[in-house]
Parts: sequence; structure tokens; C-alpha cells
Amino acid sequence: MDTLVEFLVSAAILVGGVFALVGSFGLARLPDFYLRLHGPTKASTLGVGGTIFASLLFFSWQEQSLRLQELLIVLFLFITAPVSAHMLAKAAMHRQLRRREDTRGRPWKQ
Amino acid sequence: MRKLLPFPLLSLFLWLTWLLLNGFSWGHGLLGLMLAVVLPLGTRPFWPNVPHLRNFPKLVRFVLVVHWDILTANLAVARLILGSPRKLRPAFVELPLELEDDFAITLLASTISLTPGTVSADVSEDRRTLLIHALDMDDEAELVAQIKQRYERPLKEIFEC
Repeated sequence: MDTLVEFLVSAAILVGGVFALVGSFGLARLPDFYLRLHGPTKASTLGVGGTIFASLLFFSWQEQSLRLQELLIVLFLFITAPVSAHMLAKAAMHRQLRRREDTRGRPWKQ
Repeated sequence: MRKLLPFPLLSLFLWLTWLLLNGFSWGHGLLGLMLAVVLPLGTRPFWPNVPHLRNFPKLVRFVLVVHWDILTANLAVARLILGSPRKLRPAFVELPLELEDDFAITLLASTISLTPGTVSADVSEDRRTLLIHALDMDDEAELVAQIKQRYERPLKEIFEC
């Protein structure tokens, strides 16, 4: 049983780590500001999710009781992440940042 | 009762949050209960129109659908990020809103931002249009229809009739 839990915890940490890495990679690599915004707000949801699932499982197992504090992190992240992404996008439109030429549609005047 | 607890769900939520943060014990249960009564009363002026939850089972379903979408869409976005950036087809899309309640619109905008591939960038002053930036868009009409069918309609059923 211990091995199974350890396996699950390691797998969750790995999945979380990989997605956090992909998110940061997108942040560094994508060509314009609006595209870069997608990296951290997105892949990070699963990155954090995986890490938190691992932590929840590990401590619940170790102390033999259900520990749900970690869920609060997810909750607050889900409330705040879209707001910060929204403010960043608004700021970018206000400053009329350059966007890739082939972007269809146009941002609004702020 | 209505005077003491203007938002029963918010109070319940605050109480549970307090217990999760501090551990379950009688002392914290009581303290949390006090906060759960006082905080909604104090923040009452910040809620000009109170959102009404009309359909709880639909809300649960909606939360599950969103989580599932976050999971699958994350994989899609990871593939897009690791692939060639030149192949991306970014776009700004205007989504005409059917929702009227401010809180429901906020929830929709947050959901759009959380599900990978789209970020909600702005909402028009008359609350009729939402501006979305998409990472890789195939067809505008299809994206709009998908968001409307998957997120906006359930939200409309949950908060308005």
C-alpha cells in the first residue's frame, strides 16, 4: 500500500512539474505579450493542481486523516489568476503593445 | 433571520474556509461562525445586486465540466507551446453576452481565462460584449458557439431563469 501511495504521489509531482515547466517555457518562447499571457495562466493551473494533489495525498496518508487545506490554495488561485490575467491584458491594450501581425480581430481602445 | 444572514451561502463558505485554514476544533468553529455572520454584514454595501443561486445541481455539474476542460485543454495548450510558434493562429474575438448579472459575467470571464487557450481581456461598458484573446483559433463562429453552449448557457440557468 505504501508503495502504491508513493507511486501516486511521485506521479502527481511529476505531472505538476512538467506542466509548470511547459507554462514557463511558453512565457519565454511565445512571440507577443498576449500570447505569453497564456503560458502562466494556463499550464500553471494543472502544474499547481498536480503539486497540490501530491501534497494532499502525501500528508493525508502520513497522518492517516484527510487534510484539505491544500484545496484552499486551488480555490484562491482560481479566484485570483483570471483577475490578474485580465488586468495584464487591459494594461497591454492600454499601452497598445505590439501584437503579431497575423492576429485576427483587434483589441479595444482603452 | 434574513437580516442576520443576508447571504447564507457566503456565510457557509466563509465558515468552511475558516475551518479549513485553522483546523477543525470547537474554538475555531465558534470563532468562524462569528466571522461568518459579521463579514457578510460588513461587506453588504459591496453587493449592489445580489446574485441568486437557482439551480445547485447544475452548479456542481458546471464545476465538474470546467475542471474536465481545464485538464484536457491543458494538454492541448502544452502541445501548442511545445510546437512551432509560427503555426499558432492568435485572434481577438468579441463574444456577445446573453448574461446580464454582473456576478455571472465575472464567473464566465474567469472560466474563459482558466480554461487554456483563451483569456478574457475586457468587457464592454454596457456589459454586452466580452473581448477574448485566443491562442490558436480555427474558426471564430465555432469558438463563440462552443463557449456559449458549454459555459454561458449553464451559468444562465444557474443564476437567472
